[in-house]
Amino acid sequence: MTEDTSIKNNQTIALGEIPVLDYAQFSAHNISLLQQEYNHCVNYFAFPEGNKLKLISCIANDMEHTIAVFSTVVLSDSTLPSLTKHHLAFHSFEREIHENYGINYSDHPWLKPLRFPFDRADKNSRIDNYPFYSIDSEELHEVGVGPIHAGIIEPGHFRFTCNGEQILHLEIQLGYQHRGIEKLFLKKKKLLQRTTLAENIAGDTVAGHTTAFVNLRESLCGYRAEEDLQFVRTLALELERIAIHTGDLSAICTDIAYQLGSSVFGRLRTPVINFLQLWCGNRLSKGLIRAGKNNFPFTKENGEQLKNLFEEFEPDFNEMYREFKTLPSVLSRLEKTGMVSNEQALATGTVGMSARMSGIVRDIRSTHPHDLYPQLNHDPAIKNHGDVYSRTQIRREEILQSIGYIKEMLKNIPTENKSRQELKSPSPSSFSLSLVEGWRGEICHCAITDEKGELLHYKIKDPSQHNWLALALAVRNNEISDFPICNKSFDLSYCGHDL
Amino acid sequence: MFGNFKILIHQGKQYIPDVTKAEVPGIFRGRPQISNEKTDTTALAEICPTEAISLNPVSIDLGKCTFCGECAIAFPDKIKFTKDYKLSTNDRERLIVKEGDDKLITLNREIVRKEISEYFSGSLKLRQVSAGGDNSCELELNACGNVNFDMGRFGIEFVASPRHADGIVITGPITENMAAPLQNCYDAIPEPKIIILAGTDAISGGIFIDSPALNRSFLDNYKIDLYVPGNPVHPLTFINGVLELIKRRK
Ligand code: SF4
Repeated sequence: MTEDTSIKNNQTIALGEIPVLDYAQFSAHNISLLQQEYNHCVNYFAFPEGNKLKLISCIANDMEHTIAVFSTVVLSDSTLPSLTKHHLAFHSFEREIHENYGINYSDHPWLKPLRFPFDRADKNSRIDNYPFYSIDSEELHEVGVGPIHAGIIEPGHFRFTCNGEQILHLEIQLGYQHRGIEKLFLKKKKLLQRTTLAENIAGDTVAGHTTAFVNLRESLCGYRAEEDLQFVRTLALELERIAIHTGDLSAICTDIAYQLGSSVFGRLRTPVINFLQLWCGNRLSKGLIRAGKNNFPFTKENGEQLKNLFEEFEPDFNEMYREFKTLPSVLSRLEKTGMVSNEQALATGTVGMSARMSGIVRDIRSTHPHDLYPQLNHDPAIKNHGDVYSRTQIRREEILQSIGYIKEMLKNIPTENKSRQELKSPSPSSFSLSLVEGWRGEICHCAITDEKGELLHYKIKDPSQHNWLALALAVRNNEISDFPICNKSFDLSYCGHDL
Repeated sequence: MFGNFKILIHQGKQYIPDVTKAEVPGIFRGRPQISNEKTDTTALAEICPTEAISLNPVSIDLGKCTFCGECAIAFPDKIKFTKDYKLSTNDRERLIVKEGDDKLITLNREIVRKEISEYFSGSLKLRQVSAGGDNSCELELNACGNVNFDMGRFGIEFVASPRHADGIVITGPITENMAAPLQNCYDAIPEPKIIILAGTDAISGGIFIDSPALNRSFLDNYKIDLYVPGNPVHPLTFINGVLELIKRRK
């Protein structure tokens, strides 16, 4: 018997094609797949089928460029042995299944609520009465930060257990930003409403989440995006990466009180987002990416503007970065701060930059490429120290790499396709999966349709869901005063996580 | 040191000299104009993802509009978005743009609280609370203070503690899980406690309007001093709105 069905990124299959294993087999298959470093879990979720729950696991194989999909059906009040006990990377997925549907795990190390959603199984579990982990000791003290932070940033609560100035343990509490997005995807029936929802999952990853949504939608409708649509999506993704990475370099400088870097990197972000506005009317590209159509054709003139932009951007950026990385006072704050080892990053299932900083080659652009990425032959930027400096260096390399890709793409701007096919209705009783490498890492959207082709279930996974635990590990044994810089260097999403 | 000077010189002048007159580049979806042209208005209203369009007369509620621009693309003779970024007002009614009228959106001076212009025309400190915000308005509010927009030159700044703040800027549709922290923050601010709603999500709930995960009851209890539309708000929309709010009365 086949244990899984192997699909490609953006492939739609009949729901019936997903093998249903008994839980013991399902569990064993998950655990055995994750023994290989080239396999990792991109999504694992439950959805109700009558009074039972179907659990669907999606394990990406980075060598074969495929995703293994398989499932099991369990009773909604079951107590199950956990997968997390065998592989920590499942921890957030199982916590979510527990929180949303009440499934119990007999040996999960930490069934902490993930986001306190409005439809959680246990209404007594509330965000304001959560018992934080604490150590009873006269030597140690606790520091609580948030949910509202000092700057203009999203809310989340950080509870530190400290020995003097040193952090022993950090517990992160999320869920404040929960807006019920996945349920709204089912409730709002119009395509434009759903696209708008996708654009509002995380406002710093508009291109990332919207591309995942439209690619998924088109796959469900059997639509193959023409080259000009693929061009727009790839370009928007790379511009988003440049803009946010540059902004993050500025923020890292701010957190170490390096004023010049903060101002210069900050102002270098401006022309990039202003270009997005010039092209599509919105600095964060809201309104740009649409399923089966394009409202803002990219013109030759836009191409020239972009070329000129980079001609000015690159020398200023390089000059600033050179100065920045030669300052001992900068390096001493970044090097060996907030380290995550390769073993930790692997065990916790990190993705995106948070994996690549610790020597893990994980990048959807090269392993499960979509849109124009197959042509770009992306070679991921890898660092090995897993510290704030690695995350800084990756940003610089990726910015320059993205500029290179864009210059390459500008040599061959596709003409607007004026005779597009109609976007048909989504295929019935299907399952579809879409992976996109956003600037933060791997985004995964999954959809299941009913016999009429209507959405039955919509599952979103932001890379932050994997990576928040890496931040908690990174700050251990660091000075508490280094927390802001550690946090900034990961720059994880609260709203993307909380949904 | 020498390197630093070189870098500084290479930056040139980055600030926008006059934020009240600056032009935004390219296309921008600012204040809409709705013509008197006859069209299939039902089809027009049907497009809108957030029910921002009402009929008889055709009007757009900028407190609900996500500025996606789809209505203007489908009915270009009926709806046009101009580059006018001055969208802020303290009068909720003024956010509703009707067909045929081409009025600028301004503050209603009559209802600006007297103490606001009395105390804050030279300096205003604000505390930002993201209550389910998607981080887009937050990015743009941060940008207000950068070297381009440089809001600090007007004495307007975001501060870390509500105790140091004169008012609160709320982004996001206000989630249930943020309702209590928002109230706590508001309570900690000294009088007269200015409230600014920044972005479509904060003003109306936006695309999240009917989500059971929200709790917007905070807004029922207080008077809002300024509405700043946008998805996200443009820094120029925010800065101009706040400058108008704190302008000293003659
Ligand atoms: S631009 Fe505003 S009014 Fe027009 S369709 Fe979009 S949300 Fe509705």
